Amino acid sequence: MSEIVKTVSRIFAPLIIVFGIYITLHGHLTPGGGFAGGIIVAGAIILLVLAFGGEKERLIQERRTTSRLESSGILLFWLVGSLGLLIGGIFFLNFLGKGIPFTIFSSGIIPICNIAIAAEVGGAISTILLALVLFER
Amino acid sequence: MSYIPLFIILPLFGAFVLSLVRTRRFGDIFANIINLSLFILSLIIIRFGTIVYKIGGWEPVNGIPIGIYWVKDGLSTLMLIIVNLIALMSTIFSVNYMERFTEKNRYYCLFLLMLAGMNGVILSGDMFNLFVFLEIAAISSYSLVAFGTESEELEAAFKYQVMGTIASSFILLGIALLYSYTGTLNMADMARVIAIKNSESGILNSVSSISHFQLVNFVCGLFIMGFGMKAAIVPFHAWLPDAHPSAPAPISAMLSGVLIKALGVYVLIRIVFNITGMTPVFSNILLVLGTLSIMGGVVSAIGQWDFKRLLAYHSISQVGYIILGIGLGTPLGILGGLFHLLNHSVFKSLLFLNSGAVVYATGTRDLKQMGGLNKRMPVTGNSSFIASMSIAGVPPFNGFWSKLIIIIACIQANRIGFAIWAIIGSILTLASFMKVQRYAFFGPLNEKWKGIKEVPGFMRVSMVLLAILCIGMGLLLLPQVREVLLNPAVEVLENGIEYAKTILL
Repeated sequence: MSEIVKTVSRIFAPLIIVFGIYITLHGHLTPGGGFAGGIIVAGAIILLVLAFGGEKERLIQERRTTSRLESSGILLFWLVGSLGLLIGGIFFLNFLGKGIPFTIFSSGIIPICNIAIAAEVGGAISTILLALVLFER
Repeated sequence: MSYIPLFIILPLFGAFVLSLVRTRRFGDIFANIINLSLFILSLIIIRFGTIVYKIGGWEPVNGIPIGIYWVKDGLSTLMLIIVNLIALMSTIFSVNYMERFTEKNRYYCLFLLMLAGMNGVILSGDMFNLFVFLEIAAISSYSLVAFGTESEELEAAFKYQVMGTIASSFILLGIALLYSYTGTLNMADMARVIAIKNSESGILNSVSSISHFQLVNFVCGLFIMGFGMKAAIVPFHAWLPDAHPSAPAPISAMLSGVLIKALGVYVLIRIVFNITGMTPVFSNILLVLGTLSIMGGVVSAIGQWDFKRLLAYHSISQVGYIILGIGLGTPLGILGGLFHLLNHSVFKSLLFLNSGAVVYATGTRDLKQMGGLNKRMPVTGNSSFIASMSIAGVPPFNGFWSKLIIIIACIQANRIGFAIWAIIGSILTLASFMKVQRYAFFGPLNEKWKGIKEVPGFMRVSMVLLAILCIGMGLLLLPQVREVLLNPAVEVLENGIEYAKTILL
């Protein structure tokens, strides 16, 4: 890619990632949440891969990492749901303290679920993109 | 702690862990342990009555449910047992069969996701939750059909995916219309609201009353299209003969054995009987569609020379029997339909596993090239003989009893024409399976197959167990045994829209 594209993506990619993390962490307070935040972070990764490319071996390594990230995210989500079953006897019970509404540490397990969903969605979208980049017959 | 959520939690846990771990032996053992425990759980829950499980502990407010409900009643118990039984047999079979494919743990991961989706569809008491689980099961089945990644399999999977997505969009549109009309997504609450509006519009008989019945009928039409496509009833069956033979054999057994029933037949009858209420119009539609499926499936099957494709066409025909029996709406017809659903799962998955064993040993699916395999593969040959006689409805085996009940129910309900079509379909089925037995397993041994051996141990175990079930399942009709499993399921459908009262209390 040209120097303009590389420079612009170098400046904007970190900002996009920070914005994605913000959307994820404030999922229980503002519009958005884990899914939107994960997509935004994956968008930054797509931007970087398209602008800078990379060696094939390195991209395969990256895909393995994002794939693991995806699996761990969904496993974390499962764990949150099952802990409710273990602690309170009900699947997806909100077993943490609810806190004061409209503050960042509130609403029990919802922020944790949002983080898990962000890891899952971001990992999945990046894995799909890397698989398409690496695809050959 | 209740057992109900474990049906979703355990397979999801297995799928997520297996997507991280790559060791082959671990995958085999882990997937089998999970499926075995699921099957045992499904046997344990028989002794409980109706259980309503509220996720996250969200209790109803003023009698109106706000959370997601999972409901276990007689019908879901029956479905859970059969789904988890066939899943267990298929994973036992996969231990040896899937050795030839790469990425075996990915296979188990998708398999367990599909199982979680099916268990979720069966347990869910919430329309949108049901749709989500239906998509989980359907999307994992699309990728499982393409698992071999040869061009033929990819083509079949693409066709399956397009048709499946069209079906899902019909279903989603129907759910959206019902939601906007009733203002609730809970299935029991929906049934209550529809019943109230039914009686209101009966009294008023105004313009709005016409639109009420128009809306309910339109939604039911959408559901018959959508779930009919998932269940492969005849006008909507075109994807099945490509998709089911292309999958690996244990997956074909799952798709034909339980997926089309859990996603198609079960949800359709749950909605038509328990939510909108059965009317004579729907009864007639189901009867005609069922008969069309019986004849269309079996007539297309007779000319086939591809073993698995022939079996796939027979799935269409046998689902027709289930729809015919349940469409009658009489207690005996429902009993026959549900019993045939149970039996068909067992013998059709056994037949698909047999075809998988033949492919494993010889590498071909063409019936003309086989011949005399019984001499080299006695376990496969004999178990497929038992399954063929079951599906054709020969007396001591299970298929006979359910077909007999369906035919008697047709005659009792004064639908003699449909009974005659059912008998003709059964005779044609017998003819087509005589052909399979004659060309594949009996007759002189083809020179090419002198060197082949019987398939490995785990494959034999699952085939033998299913064959024993084929012989023994007629016993489920004995009065005391029937009280445990079949009668509670029939009662749920017989009660119709009284379903709402048992759930909402």
